[in-house]
Amino acid sequence: MDELMLDGNAVAGVLQEVFAFEMTTAVGTCGNCGVAGPIGALHVYRGAGIVLRCPHCNNVIGKIVRDDTRMWISLSGVRTVQIAV
Amino acid sequence: MAGAALLGRLTWQLAGVVDVVTETPRVKTIVFDVPEWLGHRAGQHVDIRLTAEDGYRAERSYSIASAPDGTRIALTVERLDDGEVSPYLTDELRAGDRIELRGPVGGYFVWEPGQGGPLFLVAGGSGIAPLMAMLRLRAAAGSDVDARLLFSSRSWNEIIYRDELERLRDDGVVVAHTLTRSQPAGWSGYTRRVDREMLAEVGAGPEHEPHVYVCGPTAFVEVVAEDLVGLGHEPRAIRTERFGATGG
Amino acid sequence: MSFVSRGFRGRRREDVDSSRVPPGQYVTADYPVLSAGPTPHTPLDQWDFSIVGEVDEPRSWTWDEFRALPSEDITRDIHCVTKWTKLDTVWEGISVDTLLDGVKTAAEYVIQFSDGGYTTNLPLDDVTGSKAWVVFGYDSEPLEAEHGGPARMLVPHLYFWKSAKWLRGLRLQTDDEPGFWEVNGYHNYGDPWQEQRYWGD
Repeated sequence: MDELMLDGNAVAGVLQEVFAFEMTTAVGTCGNCGVAGPIGALHVYRGAGIVLRCPHCNNVIGKIVRDDTRMWISLSGVRTVQIAV
Repeated sequence: MAGAALLGRLTWQLAGVVDVVTETPRVKTIVFDVPEWLGHRAGQHVDIRLTAEDGYRAERSYSIASAPDGTRIALTVERLDDGEVSPYLTDELRAGDRIELRGPVGGYFVWEPGQGGPLFLVAGGSGIAPLMAMLRLRAAAGSDVDARLLFSSRSWNEIIYRDELERLRDDGVVVAHTLTRSQPAGWSGYTRRVDREMLAEVGAGPEHEPHVYVCGPTAFVEVVAEDLVGLGHEPRAIRTERFGATGG
Repeated sequence: MSFVSRGFRGRRREDVDSSRVPPGQYVTADYPVLSAGPTPHTPLDQWDFSIVGEVDEPRSWTWDEFRALPSEDITRDIHCVTKWTKLDTVWEGISVDTLLDGVKTAAEYVIQFSDGGYTTNLPLDDVTGSKAWVVFGYDSEPLEAEHGGPARMLVPHLYFWKSAKWLRGLRLQTDDEPGFWEVNGYHNYGDPWQEQRYWGD
C-alpha cells in the first residue's frame, strides 16, 4: 500500500477532457490478469505522468502525459473497455 | 438520472467566491457561484487551477460538499501547513475573488437517492466532504433510506459540520464519531482509530448489502476498506475516494 | 493571457541564482515524491545489480559487493520534468565509470531497469565520463525507499525521469529502445537546458 496512491476517480477530469463519456464507471478488463472493474477503482500514481494500474495484479493499464497542446494516452494494459452509451 | 454517460468535453470555467465560512480552526467551506453550472451528483468533485502572475500553475481536486443548488457549489478545504494550494484557499480567498475550476467530474464515487440503501458512510477528517453532499442530498430529496455515518476526527473541536450532523441525527441518520487524539470531559463515544469492531457496530452488516462509501487520507481508506472486506462486505459494494498522502 | 489568481504564489523558493534554473523550472525547498507505481521493497540479501546485454561478460554484484566498490560524494542540482528543480542535492554513490570499468562493448545505448518494471534509455556516452552515478545515500543517510532506495541512478544533466529509482541494472545495447515514459510522450533525450520535455521539443 502506498500513501501516494489514488483511485481512478482522481483522474476523472483528465479522462473526461478526452472522452466525451463518463469514464470512471466504464468497465475495463485487465489484459494481464483478466479481472474486470470500473476505471474509477484503478490505482492511480503520479510520476512524470499519470499511471493507471490494475488493483488486482498491479499491471500498468494505461499512462497519461500532457503538455499545453498535446496529450498522450496509452491504454495498452486494457483488453477491452465497456462504456454505457 | 439518464443512464447515458455522454457528457461533452470538459473545460475550465471561472467561478466567483460568494462566501468563506469557518468550520473548524483548520477547515473552511468556500461557497462559489459558477455561472455555467449544470448541476452535479453527490460525491462528485471539481478540479481547481491556480495561476501565479509568472505563469506558475497548481491544480488540485476538491469534493463538492453541497447538494445540488442551482449555480452554487460549496467546497470544504482543510488547511495543510505545508500545502501549496490549501493555504491559499483558506487564508487568501475572499468574496469577490474568482477561481478557475472544471467539473463536475467523477461518476464512480456518487450516490443518488434512487439507488436506495442502506447507506454506510465512513469518513476520515476532511474526507467527510463528499459524504456530506450525499447526506445533504438525502435530506433535500426527503429520502428515508437507512443512513449511517462513522466519522473519525482528531478532537471535538475538529469535527467538521458538527452541529449539522447533530441535526441530521434528529432526522434519523445514525452518526457515530470517533475522536482519536483528544476527547472532551464526559465523552462516552469511540476514542480509537476505526477498526473492524467499530465498523461492525456502526454500519449495516453485509447481509443488508449496504452501499458503502469511504473517503479520507489514503492510509485511512486502505485500512477501512480491508476491514470492511474482512467483515464480509463485497469489494464491489465498497467505493473509495483516497485523498493521497496530503490533500495539498 | 490566461486568468491569474489574485495573490497566489505557490511554495517556491525565489531567492535563487536564476542561471542555475533551466527554462520553465521552479525551485523547490521540498523533495516531492513522484512514482509510477507502488514502492518496491527488495530485501538487501535478495538484491543484486547487473550489467547485461551487449557486453563480453555480464557482471553482477550483491549488495555487500556493491557497497565495497569505491564511492564518492556528489552534489548537484536536479530537474524534474514536472517543473520542480532542487538545488545542491547531496548524494553518495558509485560512478557508472567504475561499474563499467574493463567492460568491452560495441553498445551505444544503455537501458536502466528497475524493480517494478520501470525502464529509461540513454546514449552510453551520457552515463560515462563522470556524468552518472548509482547512488545509495542522500543527504548523509541511506537512500529511503520512497526516493528510490536502496539504490537509484543519478544523471543530473538530464531531466530526472532519466535517473531510474529502485535500479537493478544496466542493459547495454547497440540499438536504442525508448523506455517507460519515452514511449508515451516524453522526449527521448531530455536535456532540461533545451527544455526537451516532450516528443518533438
